[in-house]
Amino acid sequence: MRRRPNIFAGFGSVVWLILVGLPIYVMISASLQKQSDFNHGGPLSWPKHWTFSNFTSDFHTGFGHYFLNTLILTAAVVAIVVILVPPLSFAIVRARGLVATSVFRMFLLGLAIPAQAVIIPVFYLISKAGLYDNLIGVILPTAAFCLPVCTLILSGVMRDITSELYEAMAIDGASSWRVFFTLVMPLSKSGLSTIIVFSALQAWNGFLFPLVLTQSDSSKVITLGLYDFQTAFGVNVPGLLAAVLMSMIPILLVYLFARRALVQGLMGVGGK
Amino acid sequence: MTATLTQSGPAQEATTSPRRPRRRSSGDRVGRPGVIWAAPAAIFFGLFALVPLVLVAVLSFTSWSGLGSPQWAGMANWTKLFHDPVMLKSLWLSVLLTLLGVVIQTPLSVLLGVWAAGYQKNRAVLSAIYFVPLLLSGTAISVLWRALLDPNFGLPSQLTWLFGNGNLFGHQATAIGVLVWVAAWQYTPLHTLIYQGAARSVPHVLYQAASIDGAGTIRQFWHITLPQLRNAMITSVILMVVGGLTTFDTVLILTQGGPGTDTTISAYYMYKQAFQGFDFGTGAAIGLLLVVVATIISLIVVRVSRYDEMRSVNEGI
Repeated sequence: MRRRPNIFAGFGSVVWLILVGLPIYVMISASLQKQSDFNHGGPLSWPKHWTFSNFTSDFHTGFGHYFLNTLILTAAVVAIVVILVPPLSFAIVRARGLVATSVFRMFLLGLAIPAQAVIIPVFYLISKAGLYDNLIGVILPTAAFCLPVCTLILSGVMRDITSELYEAMAIDGASSWRVFFTLVMPLSKSGLSTIIVFSALQAWNGFLFPLVLTQSDSSKVITLGLYDFQTAFGVNVPGLLAAVLMSMIPILLVYLFARRALVQGLMGVGGK
Repeated sequence: MTATLTQSGPAQEATTSPRRPRRRSSGDRVGRPGVIWAAPAAIFFGLFALVPLVLVAVLSFTSWSGLGSPQWAGMANWTKLFHDPVMLKSLWLSVLLTLLGVVIQTPLSVLLGVWAAGYQKNRAVLSAIYFVPLLLSGTAISVLWRALLDPNFGLPSQLTWLFGNGNLFGHQATAIGVLVWVAAWQYTPLHTLIYQGAARSVPHVLYQAASIDGAGTIRQFWHITLPQLRNAMITSVILMVVGGLTTFDTVLILTQGGPGTDTTISAYYMYKQAFQGFDFGTGAAIGLLLVVVATIISLIVVRVSRYDEMRSVNEGI
């Protein structure tokens, strides 16, 4: 079906492009110029003298260490999700009986629990467990709050595996372990990559749990570093925006290479 | 046409299911996972999401400063809250911000989503850029906009024709405007994505039939696309309501609830009470209130729209 070019839509799309692009432009141009140049030229100016000093000085004031912490947090959260969600989704899709259905209901209910609203009891549990100001104390709740969406995505993918394939394996007398590793896992690769990207994004961008569950520099993650930087040196806009840009670079790289997995997954969450 | 439509999707499973019981008795359990497969994830999730849900209710009847153990306090936190003018104001502000979010983001993301659902090359490229805010942390976005809108170093100092005297954070109306705008910038891509997915799954026959009947693009949008987006719209609105009521990082970074308490919404007030005022009991009470309000609103949306009946938008085709 061919449509005529839609002038109204074309105009609107360009306006939105400017609104989305402008802050990104300012961020990039500001982080490449000296503070004095920026204060003089204003946020819309293109850098006259290019400099990478903002990035290097950010890196030396602790962002290198925050990067490492965030990396550990992200890797651990992804690992937990990848270990826990596939067996769970397999059980939800294939196990018989009431228990499997009620477990699924529980996770659907979990979708509606906002992390913000239960942050105080989470803080209580983590400090009682002696994990306050410890990266592990951030990893556990972050991973837990990734589970509902990841389960929804992966069980949706597993549901698409036709029952003939299961029946064929049942005739061969395959155990549930064999079915899981030789049939279910290989056929859910797309869903797996989606939940990996999704949970990595949640962990990398997480702010609330690190904010209330950590305190010292040694367990600080990037988002918290940005917040601290803003409250302490908000006047140094180029330095601040360079830090913001640095925090985004890994995600943008993932977006370049795994855009499909991410976008498909998020689209699935919306439902039809 | 009817035949080809019903052949795909869950309908097929429904037609074959009556034959199942015959097979079940024999080797049907072979290769099926036991409930034990779900146990690790269920326990882990229960511990960090369901236990806190119960605990937030319990803690709301205690007094706890963050150190030592919570002491039973009865209704003290609740009576205090209901006589607290800041709390009442924060509830009103939460509702206002949520409503403004829904009213502004929904038309924007419906239009963008339907537009992005087209398969043209330029749309694909532009959508890839539009989705970038979706990837960024709320923290990064808020810090970025705080710097951009800074009265001294930001855009207002350069674009005085647009921003007037420029101190957007100094007045309630403009501070709310900033929060609503930043939320729209951050979340419109997510909702666009939801509508894009839904718009792509609208059956093409509908548009073909409509254009044979002589309906133009605008009439097709009103009478086919919009009704077909119904379920997506419910999902999207629920996400906006729950997200709006629990908005927190944006407020913390952009306005700190100010000027005065003019943008102190409930979620931020909860954080302030608990983690800055060390009154965790009152904080828990606000947290519980947020859970209850968000759940009630979601249930109302689901019930009013009869989403729970899982009526497909394709019924009767």
